Amino acid sequence: MSVRATMATARRVLSQLRHDHRTLALLLVVPCVLITLLAWVFHGTPTFDRIGAPLLGVFPFVVMFLVTSVATLRERTSGTLERLLTMPIGKLDLLVGYALAFGALAVLQAALASALSLFVLGLDVAGPAWLLVVVAVLDAVLGMATGLLVSAFAATEFQAVQFMPAVVLPQFLLCGLLVPRASMDGVLYAISNALPLSYAVDAMREVTTRSGVAAAVWGDLAVVAAAVVLALGLGAATLRRQTP
Amino acid sequence: MMNNSPAVAAHDLRVRRGGRPVLHDLSFTVPAGTVVGLLGPSGCGKSTLLRCLVGVQVIESGTVQLLGQPAGSPQLRRTVGYVTQAPSVYADLSVRENLRYFAAILDAPAGDVERVVTEVGLGSHADVVVAELSGGQAARVSLAAALLGSPRVLVLDEPTVGLDPVLRRDLWTLFHGLAAAGTTVIVSSHVMDEASRCERLLLMRDGRLLADETPSDLLARTGCGDVESAFLSLVEAQEVPA
Repeated sequence: MSVRATMATARRVLSQLRHDHRTLALLLVVPCVLITLLAWVFHGTPTFDRIGAPLLGVFPFVVMFLVTSVATLRERTSGTLERLLTMPIGKLDLLVGYALAFGALAVLQAALASALSLFVLGLDVAGPAWLLVVVAVLDAVLGMATGLLVSAFAATEFQAVQFMPAVVLPQFLLCGLLVPRASMDGVLYAISNALPLSYAVDAMREVTTRSGVAAAVWGDLAVVAAAVVLALGLGAATLRRQTP
Repeated sequence: MMNNSPAVAAHDLRVRRGGRPVLHDLSFTVPAGTVVGLLGPSGCGKSTLLRCLVGVQVIESGTVQLLGQPAGSPQLRRTVGYVTQAPSVYADLSVRENLRYFAAILDAPAGDVERVVTEVGLGSHADVVVAELSGGQAARVSLAAALLGSPRVLVLDEPTVGLDPVLRRDLWTLFHGLAAAGTTVIVSSHVMDEASRCERLLLMRDGRLLADETPSDLLARTGCGDVESAFLSLVEAQEVPA
């Protein structure tokens, strides 16, 4: 690992985002609009308090998945990845650089959407607000790591975008947001136990329903963090210095 | 050091892509500090051969060494500069932002970014986003990135295609200046006229080398007035074995 190459990569990715005002605006505004819409749709019912916080974790996951899979695919198809891999930079330097840049953006995104939910939309959360942001950021990083991995299997941007419903929607259906995981069919429950988004949503639910910091939150977050490391490791394995 | 050992040595290099042979047992050496032209028609395997030199191509058999090290080995990552045919730079960053990034990866000396921007004649466009540049300008940004950190071997895939003749002349002057300072420059082109600007030629067709010599030796051997006719006469000689 080289700190110099990692930081240079993070700086470069942030500069690319800075040039792209529209993407930046979409990244920050879309989750806020969606959460506002959700609060409005469920106005006067307890549903917003039940699913608002878990969705604060799901939106950054989805958005980061999309942005990262397309960004990495562009890196592969434009030849910049091939150039970088002939230079003194480790694969992990590149991936961690991406993770740092998108992670920084995720902090901003999660802080904005959480502040809006708590202070304007009246979301009731029993646990501390900072923990809400921590879980949302980790979910965003999970989306990023998954996007990096999946981009290796996409040859075009069309394919990369199609991976979103393929990878994200099954996790969304099984994460316990629509039907509590415990009341699912045994097979589905077993599958949901193997999907990282389930733990991300469980962690959010812990934060909303219990005051203080429950030990269960850290357990769930540890599983999500392990999934991030696994996805980054597999992603690094798909970056080949030699290609046919 | 190693002044008499070759900068590049390929031995029985064979490459297959998609089940089809692309390079047939190529063997050649390139002396250090020269400008070598790799010439041949489009699709003859030039880019694949250059990819072998920088170590990004999976090879079936044979060996390639640069500066005495196997191509693609970690020790070469600071000493070999590579420019692909399509400009491999970030279209959404400015010229200077691109070069700063690659300079940081290479740990190139301070001031290197400004030096290479000037060398490729983009001083007045340093803060322009690459997407807004012309194709030729974008190609020069890609070339500038390869010049960072003063590599000892430069591998350039068609760096002069589509450039205005004045710029093309300036780039060849730059390549010769670099070679005079000890850098080995390997330039591919499908334009045979560029041969006259090279100190040595590798002529290629269908994954095989037709010639590996100086332009004057080639013309003397074939009795032709220009490299294009020499190429044709070599192809004909191959097709009608005497």
